[in-house]
This record gives sequence, C-alpha cells and structure tokens, in this order.
Amino acid sequence: MSALTDLSIARAGDGLDKGEFTARELTDAYLSAMEKGRALNVYTAETPDRAQAMADASDARRAKGDAAGLLDGIPLAIKDLFCTEGVLSTAGSHILDGFIPHYESTVTRNLWDAGAVMLGKVNMDEFAMGSANITSHHGPTINPWKASSGDAVGKDLVPGGSSGGSASAVAARIAAGATGTDTGGSIRQPGAFCGIVGMKPTYGRCSRWGIIAFASSLDQAGPLTRTVEDSALMLSAMASYDPKDSTSFDQAVPDYAAALTGDIKGLRVGVPAEYRMDGTPPEIEVLWLQGIDWLRDAGAEIVDISLPHTKYALPAYYIVAPAEASSNLARYDGVRYGLRVEGEDLTDTYERTRAEGFGAEVQRRVMIGTYVLSAGYYDAYYLKAQRVRTRIADDFRAAWNSCDVILTPTTPNAAFAIGEKMDDPIAMYLNDIFTVPASMAGLPAISVPAGLSGDGLPLGLHLIAPAFGEETLFRAAGVLEAAAAFDARP
Amino acid sequence: MALDTDTVRRIARLARIHVDDAELAPLADELNNILGWIEQLDEVDTDGVAPMTSVVEMVQRLRADVMNDGDLQEDVLANAPDPADGFFTAPKVVE
Repeated sequence: MSALTDLSIARAGDGLDKGEFTARELTDAYLSAMEKGRALNVYTAETPDRAQAMADASDARRAKGDAAGLLDGIPLAIKDLFCTEGVLSTAGSHILDGFIPHYESTVTRNLWDAGAVMLGKVNMDEFAMGSANITSHHGPTINPWKASSGDAVGKDLVPGGSSGGSASAVAARIAAGATGTDTGGSIRQPGAFCGIVGMKPTYGRCSRWGIIAFASSLDQAGPLTRTVEDSALMLSAMASYDPKDSTSFDQAVPDYAAALTGDIKGLRVGVPAEYRMDGTPPEIEVLWLQGIDWLRDAGAEIVDISLPHTKYALPAYYIVAPAEASSNLARYDGVRYGLRVEGEDLTDTYERTRAEGFGAEVQRRVMIGTYVLSAGYYDAYYLKAQRVRTRIADDFRAAWNSCDVILTPTTPNAAFAIGEKMDDPIAMYLNDIFTVPASMAGLPAISVPAGLSGDGLPLGLHLIAPAFGEETLFRAAGVLEAAAAFDARP
Repeated sequence: MALDTDTVRRIARLARIHVDDAELAPLADELNNILGWIEQLDEVDTDGVAPMTSVVEMVQRLRADVMNDGDLQEDVLANAPDPADGFFTAPKVVE
C-alpha cells in the first residue's frame, strides 16, 4: 500500500470507511510528515494534540457507525486568515502577534462539523496581500518543487500567494487538503505554482464570517487539494448559508462531487482572445492550446469569445482592493488586540503601532487605498474603478450567451525563486493577470495542474463559470484533469 | 497626478502610519509608480456605466430585530494589550 499521506481525500475516506486504517493512523502519518517538512516553513501554528483528539473522536464516531460526513477523519491545514478558537491566528502579520480568537470562523466550523481534523495553521502573505508568500511576518514559505533547468536551479522557489502555505502543505503531502482564501487569485495562483487544484467559489458561496478581512467585496474562501474530486468534496463541506455574513448566498449547497460525471459532450468552452498577452512565454500558450484540444476531444464545442476589458481588471483591482483594505485594516489600532507600540499620545500610538505592525506591502496598499478614497480623488479613482468593474462583469455576462465555461491559463509564468520580483510591486501584481478578472466579477474559477514548464515546474489551466455554476465548473475541471493526467510530483 | 512628499505625509497621517521624513521621497516614488500604472483606466469609456455595488445579484435580507449576541466582556477583552477593570485602555487624550 502506498503511504497514507499519498492518498487523496476521497481515497482516504474510502480506506477509513473500510477499516483499512484509522483516522488516528492517518493523522499521525501527517503529523510525522509535518515534523519532517518544517524546512518548508509551512505551519505557523502546529496543533498535534488537537489533531489527535479530533482523530480519536472521528474513529469513535465511525466505530459506532455514525461518521459525521464526507471529511470525517481527514487531516486538513487551515490558512492563518481563518479565526480558529483557541489557536493563534495572525494573518501573517506582526500586528496580530499573540491573537487567539475566542470564536471559530463559519467555514472552519463547517469543516469540523463534517468531521475534519485540524493539523494546524499555515503561512500566508501578510493579510493575504501578495503573490509569492514573501510578505509574511513569519518568513517565506518554500515551494516543495525544484527547477530542473534554467536560472532557478538549486534555488528555493516561492509557492505563490497569498495561500502559499496551504498550497505548499498539500503539494508536499503534509496536509490532505487545505483551506485558502482568494481575493484576486490567492488560491488559484499558488495552486498552479505547486501543481495542485485550487478553487475559488462564487462570491457569497462560503461565509466570510470569522475570516480576517482584506477586501470584503472580493474575499472568498475555497479549497486547495490534490484532485478535482477532493476539491468538490471539500467545498461541499465548507460552503453554507450563514446569517452572520450579509453577502452569504441563501441557497442549499449541492453535492458537488456528484457533478463529476466525466461527460462534457456539447459543453461550450469559451476561449477569450484578450488572454493572449504580449510577453507571455510561449509554453503558456502551448499548454493553453493543448487544453483546448483536450476539451474538444472530450466532446466540448470550442467557441472564440471576447472579454474586451480584460487588461483593465488588474489596475481596477489595485484601486478597489486597497480601498477596501484601508477600511478593513483601520481596526488595527493597538487598543483592542494585537501589537501596541506606545507613542507620545493616542495618535502617535496608532501611527507607531501600525508602522511597526504592518509590513511594507501592507503599508503601501493601505496608503494607496487611503489616497483613492480621500476627498477630491474618490470619483477619479474609486468610482472610476467600480465603473470599470461593471464593464468587466458585463463582458462576462455577454460571453455566457455563447459559452458555458471559459478556459484560460492560470498564470503567465511558473514559480520563481524567492527574492525575484521584489523590487517592482507591479511585476509581482502581474502574477494575477489571468485570475483577477473572475474575482472582479465574483465568478467561480478553478486551476487544474496540466503540465510542466521547460524547467520542470508545474503549470495550471484555469476554468471560469457563471455565478453559482460550480457544478459545471467541476464537471469540466474533472475532464481536464483526466485528460492532462498530471502525475508529476515535487 | 504625481504625489509630492507633502501629499504622501498627509496620506500617511490619514492612514495613521508613521513615516520618517527620510522615507517620504522613496515612498512617493513607489506610490507614483503604482498610480501611474493605474491611470490606464482613463482609456476605458465609462460614461453612463453604473459603478458596481453588488458583486453577485442578490436581494438584501433583513434579520429579525432581536438581540442575539452580547454578555461577552471577557471574550472581547481577552486579546487587548492592556485591559483594566473591564475596559480597553488607551493613552490619555484629555489633559
């Protein structure tokens, strides 16, 4: 039998049901992998005692024949953006030093109710602002993949971001699955960089309650897993209607795994001309064309479409997201929780606390946000960006007249070495150029590992569906996954 | 609309982030670099386009007007840096 940590969530669930191994054995295998994998700097808080207690409780439920759900006994890593009761939750920030929530986020509560086991909290870019997991106060997380050729040979690579710890944990087999959050690509881009599946649901499908807020009109929780089926299983458990989130979607959660029929005959797959961008490496385009062929061979109808405002999504995002962040991060004042740096008076205390507590990228974005919302500039920047956002959403609405899903690359490049793209914020922002448009329109999207770059690093293909079209999205992603047969490992 | 150092100082004050005088000029360069890149949005014709206010079309719900939370003083203060007698504390603001 292969190592327990190599099993997918679905396969591990089968093994648990059949009594091939216990949840405690599965959890101990992951805890052992967690210890051996510490060099990757994935976990910001390890919770082995809690994990073992949860696993024992799961075994007790199964022994009585009343397993809690599809995730009963499955060990998961939780992004440090989720508040977890009694467990350090820092959002990767110095300003939340020592913050131990007295409540549980709705998404993690749903996972524990489904029987899942918490291994610990995992690293991320500070307040989810970043695309390389290099802005964390806890230091960079390392991608388990290594380049086989090119400039990055022998160097530690970034896992992507902001859910870099989540992606690295799942790829390195030190968690069976992980929660992430995606504001502009923070699940899908690290998924692609680490050769795993990263899925962002429709805005409103997962409750934001108890998730430390970055940009409230964009933030959405989702799963990082090794297979599309696992992604569907995890989302079914994570998603819910939640009265505590006023933008939560008030409809029952489907059994997403049941949508994986493998049949996409007649499905119309849109290929947007505007995602062919100057400067994208040829191997990205080649993989995209390969993906188009795979879906066509499976019976899909390929449709050329146009999303004319694609190139404006990223600059509009860098108004909207910082604006919302500047409001959300106003709560870190050194008075109610976290770090306090004493100053000469109250204002000086605020200013010194925030100067020391926030890293450079967070400070930059809070100031951009403050500026674009300030008197005299609100119309020119913020209102303009929200109008452009309507244009972007309208582009997608028009596209759904002629297609059912959209296929694009996930990222314009593979993982890069830690330290690269640090001097120029815009070069870092461009990592999310293919993922941000769906975020701006609130649409569900998924990255599926589809091939290797010339340097032996994973690349993803990206599917986008209409709002609440998760079942179609998973169905198409399952076919893409089967055709790609991606079996490379870090 | 390039930002000068005085404007950056004003933004930092509004954002309640302390910035040393020596850092103002390099910070202005960084912010101007980003704002310059953002200005490509001027190319988009948005005349008559309504700004997005709701990401996904949904009706705002009203909850029942009942008290459903509270009596959590200890929980609320548990993470405060310097709580005293059931209160948050802050530096003195009135002499």
